[in-house]
Amino acid sequence: MKRYSALTLGIEGLRRHRGWRPAWRKATPQHEYDAIVVGGGGHGLATAYYLAKNHGMKRVAVLEKGWIGGGNTGRNTTVIRSNYFHPESVALYDLALRLYEGLSKALNYNVMLSQRGMLIAAHTPMQMEICTRIANAMQLNGVDGALMGRDEALARVPLVNQSDTARYRCQGGIWQGRAGVARHDAVAWGYARAASDMGVDIVENCSVRALLIENGACVGVETDQGTIRAGCVGLAAAGATPGLAAQTGAVLPIHTYALQAFVSEPVKPCLDTVLLYLGTGTYVSQSDKGELVFGGALDRVPTHGQRGNLPTQEVVTSGLLEMFPAFAQLRLLRQWAGVVDVVPDSSPVIGPVGVPGLFVNCGWGTGGFKAIPAGGWLLAHLLATGGHHEISAPFDLSRFAAGRLIDEAAGSGIAH
Amino acid sequence: MQIFTCPFCGPRDEREFHFAVEAGKRRPEPAAGVSDAAWADYLYAVEAPKGAAREVWLHLTCGEYFLMTRNTVTRDVVGVEALPGRQT
Repeated sequence: MKRYSALTLGIEGLRRHRGWRPAWRKATPQHEYDAIVVGGGGHGLATAYYLAKNHGMKRVAVLEKGWIGGGNTGRNTTVIRSNYFHPESVALYDLALRLYEGLSKALNYNVMLSQRGMLIAAHTPMQMEICTRIANAMQLNGVDGALMGRDEALARVPLVNQSDTARYRCQGGIWQGRAGVARHDAVAWGYARAASDMGVDIVENCSVRALLIENGACVGVETDQGTIRAGCVGLAAAGATPGLAAQTGAVLPIHTYALQAFVSEPVKPCLDTVLLYLGTGTYVSQSDKGELVFGGALDRVPTHGQRGNLPTQEVVTSGLLEMFPAFAQLRLLRQWAGVVDVVPDSSPVIGPVGVPGLFVNCGWGTGGFKAIPAGGWLLAHLLATGGHHEISAPFDLSRFAAGRLIDEAAGSGIAH
Repeated sequence: MQIFTCPFCGPRDEREFHFAVEAGKRRPEPAAGVSDAAWADYLYAVEAPKGAAREVWLHLTCGEYFLMTRNTVTRDVVGVEALPGRQT
């Protein structure tokens, strides 16, 4: 692998950039691997990378039905944060955040992590009490989180509607300084490049039709490019995971919904933090290109179709304009949707499922991007050792029968 | 904007409707004899089919539950009907 650096960029510049090579190999699948990861999004690629990096497994394949990072990894709004309530969640999401903090260096690929901080803004005394509770929980769980008063919050987002007639007048909120955004495509491409360099086969346009089950164990997959055998199989295919796992008789607690995202035309810098407004449910940040990237709640009709509908667009956009009346002048440039896998307690499902040799990493709902390094790290641990990492253990599927839910929708009360 | 049809009220704006549950779920009884696994299955297991689906929906404005058969990819509605034993 050619290392990326200022020096190689300079040399290539002098050579008119003719020396660059594809970042990862286009692999054709072999007949057998030690481990197969189904799904070439961030979680799947990170799993393959950590299998090779942390556990020394080299015969690993990632099978992707479309192109790398073309699912929810390329459709999210790139926010990274760990401002959760329950200790289990904070351990999980802060593992991801800590790995993100060193990711550009580890992968030799600039994922453009920008820790510009995130404000969750409240507009009523009751919401401020809830914010106090979450900020206290974050501090007890050992991550940076602080309650922020009205003046400081408004100084962070000076364009927010502060007029006497504002429907939601900001009272303050929770601040996490280490939160921010990263380039979503770069995360997928960086993991793909680093994994490929360590020998992982990344197979695009390879659709998994069924699991290969022999003697009650998962020993590979049937694909449109033939049968591929493996010592173990990890599913990291978001909304497609339950359909694949169903073959083993496992029924997962996962609903599928469309989640929309929106981008405005680019404008000069006007918002240098990530803002989530509890009153409107709309969140927004500004991209490096100057576009406002925003989103909000799920579409309410369960679906597998990757497109959104108008009622939710209206709610999310009117939420943005309530927060920032000045943005009414902007035109909407793009709008799209991804299919997200939502679990009743708004926490992921990580662990063995159905039969020996089969593991899942799914149910991230609307918050999968921020968790990519952790999801990959933990699924790799499961595939390599056959057992849970201490951080993934609480997220096992067995929590539903045991009644040990990790209810973040109730705990942190924030959009996922 | 999608138009759903309530068997009791006719075609209405999708915002008047709420997805309730997949059709065919039956509460396991008697409670004393239900295992933890069966109860968790009843509470949480979801088929979430890709394509043809049969679901119970609520028309919020009239308060009636009804059955809807639809496609979860194209969002086409195949048909709606009242719950068994319920007259429209």
